[in-house]
Amino acid sequence: MENHNVINTPIDPKQIKGWGIDADPKNDPTYPMRARMNISQDPDFKHRPEALQPVETEVLRSIERPNVSAVFGTPEPPSGLSGIIRRFAFHFSENQYPHWLPLLLADRVNVVEGVVDDLVHGHVPNIFAEKGYKAEWKHSPQTLVLKMAAFTAVTAGTILWLSSGNKKKKPVKRSRF
Amino acid sequence: MLAMEYRGPKRVRAVQKPMPEIKHPQDAIVRVLRTCICGSDLHLYNGNVPDTRVGSTFGHEFVGEVVEIGTDVTKLKVGDRVIVPFNISCGECHFCRQGMFGNCHESNTEATAVGGIFGYSHTAGGFNGGQAEYCRVPYANVGPTIIPEGMDLDDAVLLTDVVPTGYQAAEMAGIQKNDTVVVFGAGPIGIMAARCAWLFGAGRVIIIDQEDYRLEFARNYSYCEAYNFNEIGDPVLFIKKITDWLGADCVIDAVGAEAAGNLLQTITGRKLLLQAGSATALHWAINSVKKGGVVSIVGVYGPTDNLVPIGNMMNKGLTMRGNQTSVKRLLPRLIEHVQNGVLNPKGLITHRIPLEEVADGYRMFSAKLDNCIKTVMMPPTANQ
Ligand SMILES: [Zn+2]
Ligand SMILES: [Zn+2]
Repeated sequence: MENHNVINTPIDPKQIKGWGIDADPKNDPTYPMRARMNISQDPDFKHRPEALQPVETEVLRSIERPNVSAVFGTPEPPSGLSGIIRRFAFHFSENQYPHWLPLLLADRVNVVEGVVDDLVHGHVPNIFAEKGYKAEWKHSPQTLVLKMAAFTAVTAGTILWLSSGNKKKKPVKRSRF
Repeated sequence: MLAMEYRGPKRVRAVQKPMPEIKHPQDAIVRVLRTCICGSDLHLYNGNVPDTRVGSTFGHEFVGEVVEIGTDVTKLKVGDRVIVPFNISCGECHFCRQGMFGNCHESNTEATAVGGIFGYSHTAGGFNGGQAEYCRVPYANVGPTIIPEGMDLDDAVLLTDVVPTGYQAAEMAGIQKNDTVVVFGAGPIGIMAARCAWLFGAGRVIIIDQEDYRLEFARNYSYCEAYNFNEIGDPVLFIKKITDWLGADCVIDAVGAEAAGNLLQTITGRKLLLQAGSATALHWAINSVKKGGVVSIVGVYGPTDNLVPIGNMMNKGLTMRGNQTSVKRLLPRLIEHVQNGVLNPKGLITHRIPLEEVADGYRMFSAKLDNCIKTVMMPPTANQ
């Protein structure tokens, strides 16, 4: 097969507008990790902004910091089962797997909670629209058809298997933790 | 107000949400005029970033008009149109004072490794983002920068992340005059990094990806050589071969944890989730750079470790850098470059959609449909 991609002819960089205008011997790999800003103030690790955002909702915080940061987001306070898992995760430092893995698990649980919450509020989520399949149908219908066929096959297979009357012992859903 | 809302992996929608409120005296509320979908939003969209709660609004790339300010806001007034850097920085802490605005210590309670970022999970501070009609902007005296007279809003919105991140990727690569620079990943950031490498005096810039339409775009936009890794065989061997078997002087990883290109990494990292994503691009970067060279990482990796060839890094005496971009530090210089025509950010935009169609926008970008490079979204209130 002809390799049509290897058609690159290197150009003379000096023709490119702006070539070399930011070349600077000070652009060494340690910049700007140490005070090099000429701002006449040395970093002050104790300094905090004057005003602190009041804590009105439950805010989880890393055990690596002594206090709540001066500002923080407040959109989705931990709640439900996912909230319990998240609170557990924050007993561990950022250096520990028991911090990150439960958070990922909580995210999965939270998705189910989201669907339940939708239904409780009388809203049936339009999964087709939320997954943006309209765009996929428009630009890549064959991919979508394949996906749907695979989904249908798996669903049909599962229903057949569940309704086969063969009541072997149900597989225990094993957690990864 | 209308806002994008996350419902679970690969599921988002546009919904009505309460208006954001001033929570801190230095807060401002901004009416969003332009907002983008970013490659790093896909990590959230795919459910890979811990503590991404259902109901959150994404969007760390937005520009807008100030509609309300807190009592301590002195640098902005209602009616100002502002570029809002994607990172939230206090301007006063240990790190902000070193110019590391992307590492602020006073904008995120949940983690110390990363500062606050708009619309980027609770791990990055739990802030709602700008893919909405209105957004709360903390520390309004620090980050937001007034859009210069005559600057196109499309150029302005790319100054919130893509341009500074591409530029800082090149800066962190420590490029010296006539260096050979390799960029892995031809998404918007990789394309911008390749373009900016010339500003630091690169002698040769090479970009590697697997989508021909992105490579073609990079060739035209960034004037670089562009190669499809499916066609060149082993990309590391290929780079060695075209650099007299020495390797590149500098390599930029603009891919992160969702790299294609290595079946083992894809299966263990992306399908089975035994690693926090696949580290293919990082492997390639470490192995294709010259001894004594620099690896610059701007691709997003998970907080847990991967099977990274860290031994090679030590043996080869590499310098490896990575960081969230300090947008505020770079903005003055980059605004200059845009005004002087050295950089043309809006040239990256391939799609414009109304915010109502956010689910389709995410699908198109994540599935690389319709040759999508960069999508700008317009909230319904943007044209008032
Ligand atoms: Zn971004
Ligand atoms: Zn700070």
